[in-house]
Amino acid sequence: MATTADTFQAHDDHAHGHHDSDHKPGFFARWFMSTNHKDIGTLYLIFAICAGIIGGGISGIMRAELAHPGIQYLGWWVSFMGGEANFDANLHMWNVLITAHGLIMVFFMVMPAMIGGFGNWFVPLMIGAPDMAFPRMNNISFWLTVAGFCSLMFSTFVPGGTGNGAGIGWTAYAPLATSGSQGPAVDFAIFSLHLAGAGSILGAINFITTIFNMRAPGMTLHKMPLFVWSVLVTAFLLLLALPVLAAAITMLITDRNFGTTFFDASGGGDPVLYQHLFWFFGHPEVYIMILPGFGMISQIIATFSKKPVFGYLGMAYAMVAIGVVGFVVWAHHMYTTGLDVNTKMYFTAATMVIAVPTGVKIFSWIATMWGGSIEFRSPMVWAIGMIFLFTVGGVTGVYLANGGIDDVVHDTYFVVAHFHYVLSMGAVFSLFAGFYYWFPKMSGRMHSELLAHLHFWVFFIGVNVIFFPMHFLGLQGMPRRYPDYTEAYAHWNEVATVGYMIMAGSMVIFFVNIIYALIAGKKAADNPWGEGATTLEWTLSSPPPFHQFETLPVIEDDGHHHVHGHGGPAHA
Amino acid sequence: MASVAPQNRNVRTAMIAAVFALAMLGLGFAAVPLYRIFCQVTGFGGTTMRATESDADLAERLARSAGAGTISIRFDASIDRGMPWKFAAAQPTQQVAIGQRNLAFYTARNTSDHTITGQASFNVEPEQAGKYFNKIQCFCFTEQTLRPGEEVRMPVLYYVDPAALKDPNMKGVEQITLSYTFHQAKDPS
Repeated sequence: MATTADTFQAHDDHAHGHHDSDHKPGFFARWFMSTNHKDIGTLYLIFAICAGIIGGGISGIMRAELAHPGIQYLGWWVSFMGGEANFDANLHMWNVLITAHGLIMVFFMVMPAMIGGFGNWFVPLMIGAPDMAFPRMNNISFWLTVAGFCSLMFSTFVPGGTGNGAGIGWTAYAPLATSGSQGPAVDFAIFSLHLAGAGSILGAINFITTIFNMRAPGMTLHKMPLFVWSVLVTAFLLLLALPVLAAAITMLITDRNFGTTFFDASGGGDPVLYQHLFWFFGHPEVYIMILPGFGMISQIIATFSKKPVFGYLGMAYAMVAIGVVGFVVWAHHMYTTGLDVNTKMYFTAATMVIAVPTGVKIFSWIATMWGGSIEFRSPMVWAIGMIFLFTVGGVTGVYLANGGIDDVVHDTYFVVAHFHYVLSMGAVFSLFAGFYYWFPKMSGRMHSELLAHLHFWVFFIGVNVIFFPMHFLGLQGMPRRYPDYTEAYAHWNEVATVGYMIMAGSMVIFFVNIIYALIAGKKAADNPWGEGATTLEWTLSSPPPFHQFETLPVIEDDGHHHVHGHGGPAHA
Repeated sequence: MASVAPQNRNVRTAMIAAVFALAMLGLGFAAVPLYRIFCQVTGFGGTTMRATESDADLAERLARSAGAGTISIRFDASIDRGMPWKFAAAQPTQQVAIGQRNLAFYTARNTSDHTITGQASFNVEPEQAGKYFNKIQCFCFTEQTLRPGEEVRMPVLYYVDPAALKDPNMKGVEQITLSYTFHQAKDPS
């Protein structure tokens, strides 16, 4: 344990005179050529917040358009973006908006925040490593993601067929994304996925290497915090799924530009093959987006119940099981492409099997809280909100897994409601839970608990008012991906748009809270959350020193999987 | 662990991970031929079968011994967007004996003022009938070139495999639709 105390001394510059643990490079070198996992994590978080504002703003445009039947605002946006508003161009603008919203939220908001942001910040801290295994590669991963985002943004200014921008949906199905959309916008959008995908694969290799090789002495795989487990499983999913997407979209590019016919029936290809390849990536991708959230929720529930998480090994291997089974269920996105009944039966059964490890996680979280000394601090309420709303999305997921039911509700708003409950609520509630949990550690400042609770309640009400009515709309047959609808769907669409405004209001509270914390927030203690917070990051100062664990901490074999620092506060 | 420096250990782990990623990339591309073979072997998604004359003789004998009944075949013709041909089936339906060879005709006419080479893609409905629908000769096996205004009559020689009688998924199937779509052939490159 003495080694842990050394870490604190390493941070204490005054006692040691010259010591480089807090020696930071100048502004440009620090933020643009960063090799420090915490700085890169911060960059990822800032990037994800910016992308989230854009992606969330786009959904605001969509909700405004959907508030009433008819086309109201799309023409204005076409003109605003420099195009000529007419019926076709307006509808193309809609396709551009749904494409941008989907791609931004998946690739440039949730993934950078969860894996790049919190993963980079806390995986090395939690396993007692000084940094990531390949700090320079870490930097490349980040800037590839930014370059990908720029490529996607640029695509909205160049022709993509009917108008400017890529209107291909986040799935980029052929033939819409090949012969159906002439012009460079789609090429830029696809290239943005290449860039972001390459960045994510490099990041995944980095995480796998770091977690396998750089754990502190005594920290066996079975003693790792669950958040580290979740990032490890996620990294493997990224490593195995993203290259398949890369192959599929490379074939899209060659079909578009070089006369190949991989997905073109006129040359012997098959558009359905693209769907198989896309969803072979796309289904693991949804677990990539939620698994790190599972990890964060496990840390937070344990912290604020002041108990170790219930069924630690079961929790870890449930994530492994979700990851493995996630690779063999992809065709449940394709029930209406003409699968025969036996194939549908297999994919229905395999999909429902995933509910078992997911149930293990939900019940273990509840069991962790059971009998715990629960403290309803802001991260905890977000975590409990996530468990509740993710379960709602999980239940509609089991419902949609049935091939027969999917024939009815495929491509309706019911599906939109389902995946927003698991992502816009499951993943985003985890992100906010993690943000409030770790913000004091990252910034050294306490946010306002009052504002964080207020943010939670307003956001909770807002997203439920947006997405719950979509279940009704979907079951009544309202198709997704259209800007217009019949009068019959007007009521619940108007309600959903009101929900969006409530949700947007909650984001104001969030940003006010961050600004308040950075300007006037109380100084955060090393461990602001008390005895329940047992992972290694809480043994460091808040914010942690620029370089930490120059002497590795040792994890004792005492039945707990964490070591407690006892060197006293780093800041005297 | 002591024998390898930590930095080399990291590089080795990263290399192994990179090999996995490259293997998945390769599998992504390998999916193209694998999928084609899979469809041809299983008739997945209504892919029809290609048969030889001797296959057809065998099927006919089997059908006769099994006392197979008849089935209706409907013929569908369509053209790709922007394809300036008229393309139609010469007969809407045929009632055929299962296992017996039958000849059906399609007609195509080039309505444009230049020579066009077309390639037909094909499919059957219901999809589970794909693996029992065998074609011995078909205009879809090769490209068809039509001069301006030229009209051709194109044959399809086919039979329905009597094995369909034993497939529970084929129960209740009384009609099989054979569909062709003519596309402009891609420029040979």
